[in-house]
Amino acid sequence: MITTDILIIGAGPTGLFAVFEAGLLKLKCHLIDALPQPGGQCSEIYPKKPIYDIPAFPEVLAGDLVDNLMKQIAPFQPGFTLGERAETIEKLDDGQFIVTTNKGTKHKAPVVAIAGGLGSFEPRKPPIEGIAAFEDRGVEYIIRDPEVYKNKEVVIAGGGDSALDWSIFLADIARSVTLVHRRNEFRGALDSVEKVQELKNQGKIRLITPAEVTGVHGEGKVTGVTIKKGEEHIELVTDHFIPLFGLAPKLGPIADWGLEIEKNAIKVDNSLDYQTNIPGIYAIGDVNTYPGKLKLILCGFHEATLMCQSAYQRIFPDKRYVMKYTTVGGVTGFDGSKKQAPKAVVKAIE
Amino acid sequence: MEDIKITIIDREGVSHQVIAPTDMNMNLMEVVRSYELAPEGTIGVCGGMAMCASCQCYVQSDHALPEMSDDEEAMLAEAFHVKDNSRLGCQIHIHEDLEGLQVRLAPES
Repeated sequence: MITTDILIIGAGPTGLFAVFEAGLLKLKCHLIDALPQPGGQCSEIYPKKPIYDIPAFPEVLAGDLVDNLMKQIAPFQPGFTLGERAETIEKLDDGQFIVTTNKGTKHKAPVVAIAGGLGSFEPRKPPIEGIAAFEDRGVEYIIRDPEVYKNKEVVIAGGGDSALDWSIFLADIARSVTLVHRRNEFRGALDSVEKVQELKNQGKIRLITPAEVTGVHGEGKVTGVTIKKGEEHIELVTDHFIPLFGLAPKLGPIADWGLEIEKNAIKVDNSLDYQTNIPGIYAIGDVNTYPGKLKLILCGFHEATLMCQSAYQRIFPDKRYVMKYTTVGGVTGFDGSKKQAPKAVVKAIE
Repeated sequence: MEDIKITIIDREGVSHQVIAPTDMNMNLMEVVRSYELAPEGTIGVCGGMAMCASCQCYVQSDHALPEMSDDEEAMLAEAFHVKDNSRLGCQIHIHEDLEGLQVRLAPES
């Protein structure tokens, strides 16, 4: 059981910044995220794109913003449960919460802050009739264990980095790899595109473009797919069909936690502290809604800051506290580090 | 700058004639969101970077639209329910020549 003061669900910019604000109050944080790396959309969707409306940053790449946040919060030693989705929440008699992930990891905290953005990232599934019945029976949207494909026939669909990278990787493992994409051009790193070209020339990857997988067949398990290329329908024998069309955020299990939901977002009290209808559970950043809500990183930072002050009061109801400026009080990390403004020089002039 | 009238058929098939400003640097996805013609969280997920296809629509009038950028073309090549008249709403900039534009929102996917 992982225990912490504030359990943050979602490791995007808002969740990461909450670690800093909590740290100033000597509260420890642990973050859960369905993605394998921190940063949320900034890392997953647009790491190389600039953001222009972070105060005092005329321009910052989304990936750099995340790197900077990770540096800023490092002294507060946040814990991470990555690649796991927060699945269930339970409130104990003593007011603490237990959040369990889809992999069974349990976390306990007196305060839960949901900073889940638009939700957890789930694979986009192509609308092929009957495909759901083959999930994990030859149809996989995420490659968990490449060894599964050893000496198997594999068909991959998609035109981005993950389709290219996995085609390259599996070319050495699988008996055959066929990559199907709706057009001849691929959107991916240049060296990946060139590598696929090379493997195609060597006969290690079969490329079918412009084409689309339109059917999946088998008895209980995938044995073949139908590929439509122009007017032609190609029947291909295969053991696996791996559609890699990127990820899309879905609110997911959080929607069933008894929280008040409006417009696909969690309603919070914005006049006070961004708490939800369940005391002790807060929602900050893009995942919340209130009158006048704007889904901006800078608004998430503000919400995270106010949430932490309220969380402190909740955890220590009898303690008096006033907010301190970092320039005055410095930043004392849990790792023993201390940052402080230099003292003024006082020296007599003889 | 004049406002323009455009017709948006939502995912339930209901037709809405709306007024869109041409002086606010808006795109079609943002117009749909401003009139709440699709639930929040189901459109404009990537914010308008041609990176998610949640704003895919079918252009039903014969307006001359600007050519697709490489980004838009690549995204549509990975989107679902794509037709010959598919475009990403976030890549359609609202300007005076689009008076009378008619589009249908593609299904959520």
